[in-house]
Amino acid sequence: MEDAPGDGAAAQGSRSAVAEERALPAWSLPPGAGDQIRLGSEWPERVTREWALDGATGKGVRVCILDSGVDADHPKVGVIQGAVAISVGEDGAPIATPDEEGDLCGHGTACAGVIRGLAPECEIYSARVLGAGYTGSGPILLGGLRWAVEQGFDVVNMSLSTTKRQFAEVLHELADKAYFNRTILVASAHNMPVESYPWRFSSVISVGSHSEPDSHLFYYNPNPPVEFFARGVDVELAWIGGTTIRATGNSFATPHISGICALVRSKHPELTPFQLKSVLHLTADNMGGTQ
Amino acid sequence: MSEDGLRAAVAAGVIGAEAAYGSLLRSIVEVARAIFSAKRSSIFLLDEETDELVFEALAGEEEQGLIGTRIPSSTGIVGWTLVTRQPLVIEDLTQDPRHSREVAEKTGYVPKGIMSVPLLVEERALGVLQVLDRPQRPGFSLQEMELLGLFANQAAIALDLLQRSRRAKAALEEGGGDVAVVARLAAALDELTEDRREQALALLNALEDVLKQ
Repeated sequence: MEDAPGDGAAAQGSRSAVAEERALPAWSLPPGAGDQIRLGSEWPERVTREWALDGATGKGVRVCILDSGVDADHPKVGVIQGAVAISVGEDGAPIATPDEEGDLCGHGTACAGVIRGLAPECEIYSARVLGAGYTGSGPILLGGLRWAVEQGFDVVNMSLSTTKRQFAEVLHELADKAYFNRTILVASAHNMPVESYPWRFSSVISVGSHSEPDSHLFYYNPNPPVEFFARGVDVELAWIGGTTIRATGNSFATPHISGICALVRSKHPELTPFQLKSVLHLTADNMGGTQ
Repeated sequence: MSEDGLRAAVAAGVIGAEAAYGSLLRSIVEVARAIFSAKRSSIFLLDEETDELVFEALAGEEEQGLIGTRIPSSTGIVGWTLVTRQPLVIEDLTQDPRHSREVAEKTGYVPKGIMSVPLLVEERALGVLQVLDRPQRPGFSLQEMELLGLFANQAAIALDLLQRSRRAKAALEEGGGDVAVVARLAAALDELTEDRREQALALLNALEDVLKQ
């Protein structure tokens, strides 16, 4: 395993170039400047799954898994590029230390296996936000997300949620920051009758389950707040100790969409989260996007 | 209502909360087990003071001796469920050596399959309900998942109400023996037949008059 990522500058090279190229005030568009922000002409008349995904492997895309840790040696996971355990300092700032614990539950490994299965060449980083007790789990979850956004990951998989309203505002700010920094947050929808976050925020991609045994099948939901449905029932998954299990839950549907996002991102790195969500919508199976 | 009246009313409500609490926990696991035709169901509740999960009740054929066992609040499947607030269902856990060993040590039973769901009330997570070894059926349905969530929600609401009563009872008892006496009186009054209650109320009213003089 390589060291934890540094400032993420290398992976953001293409983004910086895009920002420099624009060199425009963010809040208005001067007269005649429309040409300067002309979008790539490669957009087809109709966005298809072939255009979005064919030939994509996830190469060059950095995916962060905020979860219970990842067992890196699992055959379904392979080499991962970094693993940190998140804690928070007295000032609330996240502290990321190299994580030697592996996976404290199995769930993070399961997510990593799903993402690796869909996007075999993506880079996977584990940010462990579990294990320090329940009481401190909210600040650590926030710290983990803050760290992931600061690192500029391309995709962050969050198969978790909080019901604490005191964290909602900060989570919302972080989700928006990620959205504007081109980091795609993919979060599990909560299928219980309580208010929870961050999946309800429109700046994240929220995921519920469908029961079809097809990892590439996903639907756009015309009745949000849950926006997409992916495979989440009876999924074969990597688990701790090199084992595999079969399991069900929205938390397993989420890494399916994360993996698909990694594929799209690797083929079309210029896409913003808004554009990528649009591509998911246009290529969803209930849109006829597979044709 | 005056503060005293409120206290008496609260007291009448909380007497018996302890016994009802145990009954409710057993009822939750028994119903959960019955709904899914499972071999066993168990409930872990969060002890916020020690930040641990406490094994509180189980339904199944096994002995109840390990009730009260404490486990870390954020590791393993039960800890993951609590912290992430996400339900999950796992079908074949026996392949997971760590889980098997840890769970066997703590609860005396190694499940093959596990349904794990958080008990949530508004912002708070009270604990985790687990249903173990329901019959293996091909094609686990999303309807079952929804049912699990709905039942956990109902269980959590009931638990929350009784936990409030227990806290109120503790507060009353901490408030001094005199208040506890009033609480017991109020509860006893509540259980009387109508004619005897009238007589008792007359007596209490007379006592109140005397006390106010």
